Amino acid sequence: MNFDPRFSGRQFASVGTRPIRPDGVDKVTGRARYGADFNMAGQLVGRVLRSPHAHAVIKKIDTSKAEKLAGVKAVITAKDLPDLTDGDAAMYDILDNCMARKKALYDGHAVAAVAAIDARIARQALKLIEVEYEVLPHVTDVDEAAHHHAPLINDQVFTEGLEEKPAKPSNVTKRTQFGHGDVHAGFAKADFIVERSYKTEQTHQGYIEPHACVASVNPDGTADLWVCTQGHFVYRQHCAQLLGMEASKLRVTSSEIGGGFGGKTHVWAEPVALALSRKAGRPVKLVMTRDEVFRASGPTSATSIDVKIGARKDGTITAAEATLRYSCGPYAGSWAEIGAMTAFACYKLENVKTVGYEVLVNRPKTAAYRAPSAPMAAFAVESAVDELAHELGMDAVDFRIKNAAQEGTRASYGPVYGPIGIGPTLEAVKHHPHMKAPLKANQGRGMACGFWFNFGGQTCTDLNIGMDGSVSLAVGTVDVGGSRASLSLVAAEELGIDYSHVKAIVADTSSLGYNDMTDGSRGTFSSSMATISAARNAIKILRERAAQMWDIPVEDVTWEKGHAVAKGEKYGNLSPLSLKDIAAKSGTTGGPIAGHSELVADGAGVSFATHICDVEVDPETGSTRVIRYTVVQDAGKAVHPTYVEGQYQGGAAQGIGWALNEEYIYGKDGRLQNAGFLDYRIPVCSDLPMIDTQILEIPNPNHPYGVRGVGETSIVPPLAAIANAVSNAVGVRMTHIPMSPPRILAALDAEREG
Amino acid sequence: MAGVAVSTTINGDAVEYLCQPDETLLEVLRDRLGLTGAKEGCGTGDCGACSVIVDGRLVCSCLVLGAEAEGRKVETIEGMAHGDQLHPLQQKFLEHAALQCGICTPGFLIAAKDLLAKNPSPTEEEIRFGLAGNLCRCTGYDKIVRAVQDAANVMKGA
Repeated sequence: MNFDPRFSGRQFASVGTRPIRPDGVDKVTGRARYGADFNMAGQLVGRVLRSPHAHAVIKKIDTSKAEKLAGVKAVITAKDLPDLTDGDAAMYDILDNCMARKKALYDGHAVAAVAAIDARIARQALKLIEVEYEVLPHVTDVDEAAHHHAPLINDQVFTEGLEEKPAKPSNVTKRTQFGHGDVHAGFAKADFIVERSYKTEQTHQGYIEPHACVASVNPDGTADLWVCTQGHFVYRQHCAQLLGMEASKLRVTSSEIGGGFGGKTHVWAEPVALALSRKAGRPVKLVMTRDEVFRASGPTSATSIDVKIGARKDGTITAAEATLRYSCGPYAGSWAEIGAMTAFACYKLENVKTVGYEVLVNRPKTAAYRAPSAPMAAFAVESAVDELAHELGMDAVDFRIKNAAQEGTRASYGPVYGPIGIGPTLEAVKHHPHMKAPLKANQGRGMACGFWFNFGGQTCTDLNIGMDGSVSLAVGTVDVGGSRASLSLVAAEELGIDYSHVKAIVADTSSLGYNDMTDGSRGTFSSSMATISAARNAIKILRERAAQMWDIPVEDVTWEKGHAVAKGEKYGNLSPLSLKDIAAKSGTTGGPIAGHSELVADGAGVSFATHICDVEVDPETGSTRVIRYTVVQDAGKAVHPTYVEGQYQGGAAQGIGWALNEEYIYGKDGRLQNAGFLDYRIPVCSDLPMIDTQILEIPNPNHPYGVRGVGETSIVPPLAAIANAVSNAVGVRMTHIPMSPPRILAALDAEREG
Repeated sequence: MAGVAVSTTINGDAVEYLCQPDETLLEVLRDRLGLTGAKEGCGTGDCGACSVIVDGRLVCSCLVLGAEAEGRKVETIEGMAHGDQLHPLQQKFLEHAALQCGICTPGFLIAAKDLLAKNPSPTEEEIRFGLAGNLCRCTGYDKIVRAVQDAANVMKGA
């Protein structure tokens, strides 16, 4: 299909309005079905036995007593998930993470699983499984793990990316480097240099819905999987490969998803549930407890970052450098690499260098968390930028405006930018009333910028027109926050019909072609592109059918505002045919009318945001309250502005939790001490103010409507904006996230003691 | 283990069930009665996703035993709308886009209903503290607070 994805600058009728979402009523009445809300006849309950040790050799597992317990239908260990990965190291890591094969690599690592007729028997059975461990020394801190004396997590790992292959194995799996110019020469030209080290602690996405699935493997080898996931096609691929199935024999249906934020992009329990079902010959429901979600899903990296930035007296940055160490859990990842790419992406720099180190630790395998890796890098860089502005005697916003990247700037990670929003968000912040509002004692204001790449990827969409003229839109990107509403708006816009006549669903893996998962803020960007393409294909057929009904050449039929129009004076007696008119006759003009689209949505426009934050710090307790918060972000084009605002507010709130309170706390024994919402406290309603938003629309040239992804960038600036605000409030530079009361008090004490 | 016979009222209907002595009301609602509107986010009373009202009191159903429902009146999300008429809170949650993923929404609606029953004109601060037992990870609470404010105004006018 000759689909032209370029921005066309059209006027909109539906896009930009704020209708009620199609899945809304189900969600306010309790009818919406999430991962744990699905059941099958004869279903068993699955439970997973997890390692209590951070690092241990599994010497022996005796499941015989558990197998003899009445009501137990299957017990599995790694032996029931044989290695079929055929040298694919990334898949092997996924397999090993689903069920430990030789060593338990973190507190919570799965070692065995049972399926029983009810939860009580399943829990009893877990207690009857005897595992003999040889406990090994462990390491959970990113800096300690990178040290050459640290306990080795995998003795087959030799640091990649070094000039010479190292002689000894290491917990550092990879070194990556980005940048251009000559930073040494750049620093030599600087009048002022700020150099600091920062740390951030590990956080969890904190989705309220624990991972849940129902797996049913049939005797003929076909299988069904019902699961909460951000990407059911990817889950199908991974599960099929790990279980030795053909992908088409495994039908995966994505349930409603109760939050993911990147955390539901990886399989954990699903291959285990399938293996249990295969062994038991019955469907198995496997739902993680909250404790399991914290201990054994995929939190973000803990980081340690060094930043050095130099500038001339006039405020021009002459050089910028960062070294970033990110924890990956016990398996290789590319988290520091992403941090190294995003760190200085907001700025126009002649000389820039970033180096990333991926570090193995005895913690759960790191997974994506909303603009993964970018918030920590932005915390370090934007803190240093603020400090440098202060040293120069320049306003923090003006200093950033002077150095902001523009169209044509070569990004620190390589590409040359097209039209971008960093400058406009900064100008909007400079003139925002929030920046001029007075502050009281113990209050401080901070601001910071953030960047995210955004992603497009493989996308497939079906648009079917019913004989009554209503439209069914089947998409393959899981709806994590209102995309069925935005995609229905896009279909209505393109077809020229009312939003109320479009119903969007997320189709299962057997009903639609492959789709990448909903990550990289791609849901609305890529599926709207495919929806536009599918609608245009349907319009082509609608025009053909109208031409047939009129008995005129199709070239003389155009599509305008939901109607086929015969062009030319000779057709003056032909009234336009509505989509409904044409659909009603489809049975006799060639059959059903549909539009299909499969494409790779290239050209996801990069995204920038600038945030403003006011805090009040209690100097006696170190407790911090956010009292005002403003998000300014470029959306390209806000398809459904209310849900765009929701993304801005939600990302800011998660960033506030990360900045002030959330962290994984490990004991000396390597065990997670706060695996629950009581002790891992995410922001509650009374912790936050209203979160103001300002949507800027700098069209993405690579999308017909100018859409950019909006979901992730909003979590990038908060860590730094709040750190700058707290630092301004207390007069001490905060360098360790989260800025919990004890850390703030310690910083104040250290300052007093000089 | 012998089951406990329970007679109770759920959303106005007389209901009888057998449950184990250690089974929670949330498990009974979801696994025995098919009322899956109440969600388990934590199982420890920290997230509020399983909120129901028992004899006029807001509770986390994961912290109540199924056997304790004997002789009581239980209100769940499934009973909030009247026929095809949504409760004003449900309607305002839709209009304000006070939900993104929606997993916390049933709990928020029940908690907000309880709040407005006790305080029909809450301030923003009273709403924020009244709903502090319910976790939402998607919205930042802004649109939830506005929806509850709007619903309170509508309900006062009714």
